[in-house]
Amino acid sequence: MTTLLDVDNLWVRFPNRTGVFDAVRGVSFSLGRERLGIVGESGSGKSLTGRAILRLIRSPGIVEAGHINLHGENLLEKSEAQMRKVRGEKISMVMQDPKFSLNPVMTVGDQIIEAYRLHAKASKAEAYKKSVEMLEAVSIRDADRVMKAYPHEMSGGMGQRIMIAMMLIPNPEILIADEPTSALDVSVQGQVLSIMDKLVKERGMGLIFISHDLNLVSQFCDRVLIMYAGRIVEVCEADKLHEAKHPYTQGLLGSLPRFDAPRDRLQVLTRDPAWREAPSVEARL
Amino acid sequence: MSDAISIQNLNVWFGEHHDLFQAVKNASLTVATGASFGLVGESGSGKSTILRALTGLAPQWEGQMSINGTDLTHKRDKQFYKTVQMVFQDPYASLHPRQSVDQVLSETLHLHGFKDIDNRVNKLLLDVGLGPAFRFRYPHQLSGGQRQRIAIARALAAEPKILLLDEPTSALDVSVQAEILNLLCDLRAEHGLTYLMVSHDLAVVAHMCERAAVMRNGEIVEIIEVADMRAGKTTHDYTAQLLHASANRVA
Ligand SMILES: Nc1ncnc2c1ncn2[C@@H]1O[C@H](COP(=O)(O)OP(=O)(O)O)[C@@H](O)[C@H]1O
Ligand SMILES: Nc1ncnc2c1ncn2[C@@H]1O[C@H](COP(=O)(O)OP(=O)(O)O)[C@@H](O)[C@H]1O
Ligand SMILES: [Mg+2]
Ligand SMILES: [Mg+2]
Repeated sequence: MTTLLDVDNLWVRFPNRTGVFDAVRGVSFSLGRERLGIVGESGSGKSLTGRAILRLIRSPGIVEAGHINLHGENLLEKSEAQMRKVRGEKISMVMQDPKFSLNPVMTVGDQIIEAYRLHAKASKAEAYKKSVEMLEAVSIRDADRVMKAYPHEMSGGMGQRIMIAMMLIPNPEILIADEPTSALDVSVQGQVLSIMDKLVKERGMGLIFISHDLNLVSQFCDRVLIMYAGRIVEVCEADKLHEAKHPYTQGLLGSLPRFDAPRDRLQVLTRDPAWREAPSVEARL
Repeated sequence: MSDAISIQNLNVWFGEHHDLFQAVKNASLTVATGASFGLVGESGSGKSTILRALTGLAPQWEGQMSINGTDLTHKRDKQFYKTVQMVFQDPYASLHPRQSVDQVLSETLHLHGFKDIDNRVNKLLLDVGLGPAFRFRYPHQLSGGQRQRIAIARALAAEPKILLLDEPTSALDVSVQAEILNLLCDLRAEHGLTYLMVSHDLAVVAHMCERAAVMRNGEIVEIIEVADMRAGKTTHDYTAQLLHASANRVA
């Protein structure tokens, strides 16, 4: 598989009064035209890893890495202006909560049109037409009505689909989706996932799918990285996640109540201090 | 013996008279003493509203609700809250940031008229699996799971017989969820509690409850034994759809 992105020895650090907190500690992985899942408990460094790729870590946070190569070009060596272009054209990110990402005082239509015209020279009428097409591409049926609506008038599922529509405008090669379906009902989750799935299959996009939901990732992704305390403890084929070897991954799976296999008591995770100390597992293709 | 909870033909509305929204429509269910009953369905289907109507947080209702055989009126007295307590989804929002664990629990105990507060605070902390070391901590010094344990301790302070649990583990990591669900099972056995529990996660409800009501658009479409749910023996199409969607998350 062609490698789109290669992340080498990535660290994210936050200096504080008592020293430095290392939130991401030397992770290395690559991404092809695939669905790559990142799972782990809250605080394990999933979101920071995604944001660091786009250089969206705010000061005083520090990002260090051997390289973050997009088609062999190191993003760490780019100017802020060049990075804006990367974010606008090459790599898009969908954040967890669409309500925080959309502008509350602007109609959905105006926001999509603005995003489109930032990217392509187009008349207002053309941009409108294109925007309606984008909304239809993410299975929004009454697109004309949605164009006139404000974000607060949209349900969570609609908001999340609108965010994805906006991210698709530049036709990115890579989409980083941070818990894109966690706030959605299972019925809507399926719709949002199939939209992303189509993009990977039809446009050859690379997808980084960040989630705390092990079952979902094992059903949806191709490959999975399991993060613990800022490191990768295990990599596996998504459909083999249930055969995972690391006691942390096994512990997470064991703690889930199972609909198909009732248990009297749920397994409780006993954390081994050695898990934090073991070097990060390399997750290259 | 009468049921712990009985709800007959409950209707609940929100909003003003010219702009009323009916969130619960003609819902009926009963929960036997000592049983654990689940409410499932999509978000917005009216699950939380049923719990809120019971606790008096949704004042516009019609129908019959009774607790241990006593009909509820539109006012809840002190005795009600000694019997029925509620635990909410978000342990971050449900504790006051400037109140220490000791203050939260002492004040609640005081409110319920207990005298031996010092002993009881320690006992409550032990009940929820936290030692006395946590007594003088503030919410920001606690993890999400520890906060939810405090919220449960606060609900237990009144020595209630019935707990209304509104997605008590939805905001927590699965490893922490396992600890809290185990704790809730232990507490139910030790104190003979009755649970009415809302969750969007069918596996959680199946693990915790013997029976469940499936809600859609404010209506209860089916009340089903969990054993039948696991066996796929549903009587309503919507329940079958819900089961299918949660087993096959990727459409
Ligand atoms: N701006 C920040 N300053 C200090 N610590 C942070 C900051 N942002 C995140 N962290 C910490 O870094 C760790 C990893 O965070 P994050 O990547 O958001 O975790 P996840 O997405 O896996 O839940 C957490 O312990 C979090 O508290
Ligand atoms: N305080 C309120 N004011 C107006 N509408 C409300 C209020 N609380 C809930 N609702 C509405 O009632 C319906 C049922 O809500 P809820 O019981 O919270 O659903 P669930 O818990 O099943 O997700 C939803 O449409 C919701 O928007
Ligand atoms: Mg995150
Ligand atoms: Mg609710």
